[in-house]
Amino acid sequence: MAAKLRAPGWYRAALWVVIGIAFSYGLTLLVRGLYGWDPVLKGETVLQIALIATPITFLGGLGAFDYWLYWAAGRPTRPEDHSNHGAHSWKDYFKVNTDHKVIGTQYVVTSFFFLFVGGVIAMLMRAELAQPGNQFVDAETFNGLFSVHASLLIFLFIIPVFAGLANYVLPLMIGAPDMAFPRLNALSFWMLPVAGVMMMLSFFAPGGSFASGWTAYAPLSTTQPIGQVFFTIGVQFAGASSIATALNFLVTIITMRAPGMSFFRMPLLVWANFSTSLLVVIATPFIAASQFFVLLDRGLGFNFFNAGAGGDVLMYQHVFWFYSHPAVYIMMLPGFGIISEILAVKARKPVFGYRMMAFSLLAIVVLGFTVWAHHMFVSGMQEWIRIPMMVTTAIIAVPTGIKVFSWLATLWRGVLKLDTPMLFALGFITMFVLGGISGVMLAIIPFTIHVSDTYFIVAHIHYVLFGGSLFTIFAGVYYWFPKMTGRMYDETLGKIHFWTTFVFFNITFAPMHLIGIQGMPRRVADYAQEFADWNLIISLASFGVGLSTLVFLYNIVTSWRGGPRASANPWRALTLEWQVSSPPPIFNFDQVPTVVGGPYEYGVPGAVHGVFRKGAEVAQPAGAATAPQTERE
Amino acid sequence: MAEEETTREGASPRTPEEVRPKGQASIAQMLIIGAIASALGIALGLIIDWFPTSASSQASKIDTVYDVLLIVSVPVFVLVTVVVLFSVWKFRQRPGEELADGPPIHGNTRLEVIWTAIPAILLVALCTYAYVTLTDIEEAQAGEMRINVIGQQFTWTFEYPQAEGEPIRSNQLYLPEGRPVRFHVTTRDVIHDFWVPAFRMKIDAVPGIETKVRVTPDRIGRYPVVCAELCGLGHALMRQTAHVVSREDFTAWMEEQRRPAEEQEGGGGGAPDGKTLFTQGNGQSTACGACHTLADAGTSGSSGPDLDAGLKGRDEEFIRRSIVEPDAEIAQGYNAGIMPKNYGQTLSPEELDALVSYLQEATGG
Repeated sequence: MAAKLRAPGWYRAALWVVIGIAFSYGLTLLVRGLYGWDPVLKGETVLQIALIATPITFLGGLGAFDYWLYWAAGRPTRPEDHSNHGAHSWKDYFKVNTDHKVIGTQYVVTSFFFLFVGGVIAMLMRAELAQPGNQFVDAETFNGLFSVHASLLIFLFIIPVFAGLANYVLPLMIGAPDMAFPRLNALSFWMLPVAGVMMMLSFFAPGGSFASGWTAYAPLSTTQPIGQVFFTIGVQFAGASSIATALNFLVTIITMRAPGMSFFRMPLLVWANFSTSLLVVIATPFIAASQFFVLLDRGLGFNFFNAGAGGDVLMYQHVFWFYSHPAVYIMMLPGFGIISEILAVKARKPVFGYRMMAFSLLAIVVLGFTVWAHHMFVSGMQEWIRIPMMVTTAIIAVPTGIKVFSWLATLWRGVLKLDTPMLFALGFITMFVLGGISGVMLAIIPFTIHVSDTYFIVAHIHYVLFGGSLFTIFAGVYYWFPKMTGRMYDETLGKIHFWTTFVFFNITFAPMHLIGIQGMPRRVADYAQEFADWNLIISLASFGVGLSTLVFLYNIVTSWRGGPRASANPWRALTLEWQVSSPPPIFNFDQVPTVVGGPYEYGVPGAVHGVFRKGAEVAQPAGAATAPQTERE
Repeated sequence: MAEEETTREGASPRTPEEVRPKGQASIAQMLIIGAIASALGIALGLIIDWFPTSASSQASKIDTVYDVLLIVSVPVFVLVTVVVLFSVWKFRQRPGEELADGPPIHGNTRLEVIWTAIPAILLVALCTYAYVTLTDIEEAQAGEMRINVIGQQFTWTFEYPQAEGEPIRSNQLYLPEGRPVRFHVTTRDVIHDFWVPAFRMKIDAVPGIETKVRVTPDRIGRYPVVCAELCGLGHALMRQTAHVVSREDFTAWMEEQRRPAEEQEGGGGGAPDGKTLFTQGNGQSTACGACHTLADAGTSGSSGPDLDAGLKGRDEEFIRRSIVEPDAEIAQGYNAGIMPKNYGQTLSPEELDALVSYLQEATGG
């Protein structure tokens, strides 16, 4: 038992959590005692310290910091023998593992768990909203439900699931044996369940869950019960995870491409994650800052947002949206990459205008930082700022339009294989265009003055994040499912999943445009009688969306357990991840590939993207991968 | 993959150009279908009754902006959808094409320039139009009436500044038809958002600053006032009524509002009047009538329980406790934490006594 408590793992993690709690009590007693405050032991104070301290001790106990701590303490570090690479049983997924394929799977499965939690929360909200008045939940619970729904699905589903898919396929696509910093990669993953569990636990906090929306506008958020802190601190862990992964992607893409893999031979998914990672490392610190402000205001009375004490309320919104607008592109660009991959393969044609596709991603990165105040058109900020923000917001539709038109041109004269990933990709194009159109409408200030903070916004964001991001995620999961699991999914169930989702999604969200314009504000548990009919229809359709997701769950679980074995390259794709077995060998490539051409040369006779020289001497992959890492770390 | 093997043997050695010859899909056919679909879509978009009643001169201009946006947007959506559907129809993989590829077209500079330039021009044009409209609807008008709007959890108070003396305070928003109004919006606690959907205009009430919004009401009627920014537990219930009335009715209403205020001042130190406190508050406290219905006071608020029913037959002790400790006992169907808990501080003991005895009389307790 003592040995188990000393070795990294769940036993030590539990012990260290207890130590973290004890530390929280100790620090509270010490500081409050020294100041002579009464009571010396205040439960809320202990809880706030514990929310910061116990996740860190938990991660330490699990073993996420072991190597670095040994190194920092001057103790002998255990040389990495990669014995923990790969997963041999389901238990291996509950350990700190440095294999990018294991981490990718951990990421995707964990994110989908939070998708289902967020979805159940959405059903609860729609049950309450089926009729005017209060039926199932009171206002406090309802405000908590929509806040947790948005926070989980943004910070613990869309952002990390893209990071997870890319974690799995990106190193394979560029011909690398792993990510550049495998230990950092493991830490990035393990911060996610911490953030997600914290957000879910907030429902048990005295005074209820955080209930100021995922936007947590001050000073509402700084005057909320303790539940708010579960968001404030949870976001820090999700954000730190995001930043670490983005750095990892940037270094991996810049330094670990296979011979011959020039930037303009990279698949567009790699370009998309390169662009996304740039956005993440620049923008994400801003949301961390905004939530630290709230934490200090709420916990320690710093008065950043207390107007009576010279605080500036609008500053919160500027700092918050300086992250949270780029975050919309963080949640969209990887999806653009997935769609480019799938369309090329399933239409059997090169991606039309490859270079413009890459440049338009970079244009979105740059423009994405110049539009944040369009969320603040009615916030009371200086009036002149609205005009340039309107123009940049409208102009960002140009690079996005380039992508949509190029996808259409890719389809043209192709040989379209209409299987599940392709259906989701085509569904994405049409639904995302609707979200984009309502986005341009929302750039137009006179219209936005009327519809901001209404259901029109709810409709827009769901067309972009559900019809947009989630459709690309489903497309990507089906597309890479054979590679990740070595099994084929059931095509019929996949198609049923697509059509039910597509139909119910539209019945759910399309009417929201109308009731929003008619005057229904968002974030309300109760509404005027005139909106009752549409809300009932929306609620019924939303349960259909929920049921359609069960088809997906059933398909994935049964196919993973017992689906037919997948061949190495069931889609006849050219990119490198399909040139190795499904699932790939432990270090990805038994031979390092040499890239000799573009990634999408479909229709060009005899074209290949990468070649494996048979019999050529290959450096020991493990050594090649880890020697530079040990130096760096 | 036995299936694949057999098809490979059976696959014709057609080149991609032969598999998908140019002109397989008629672009003219597509254009015609697209044009018809766009026309139908635009017609449908314009027929749908999107907006609530228009009751301000700003509203009709904003509604026109939306119509223009619809007319521009529908063809964009139709274009994308028609190309997708045509591709599915004409280019889907047919039996025998399992191993076929499309022609390797890598791009077309002219096309790419066109689909970069045209949207850019269109968007700049839309922004210009939006800018012109925005300047128009926000322009200062001659003879504007100032009204202060004060937000607080979870009610609005409207102040009509008077040439001399205290402003008139009310929980009902009365506006004369045809007179431009400039609302000066502030808040006592968190951010709220002052929105009358029938006027189409809204602005946040932000702690520490005063925001302004202009409206010229142009249609007599009663319209909801809505708080559009999440402000806490009672956010959904922060709804009041804007009455747009004729100028004569407005003058009469103002006279009526002035009277009790003057009487009260004239009384000089007399006992506080419970009914006035109930309908108007004391300047610090929110008026009870903003949220509660009471027949005797003529209020019709619905955020809180109906007091005619709820206080019937209740003793003084219960009424007093319900004011000072609102969460002690919660009426069926309502939530704790919505009614302010500070009435014990904002009302003086005399005012509280007056209010309690008035409520007891009015509800026949």
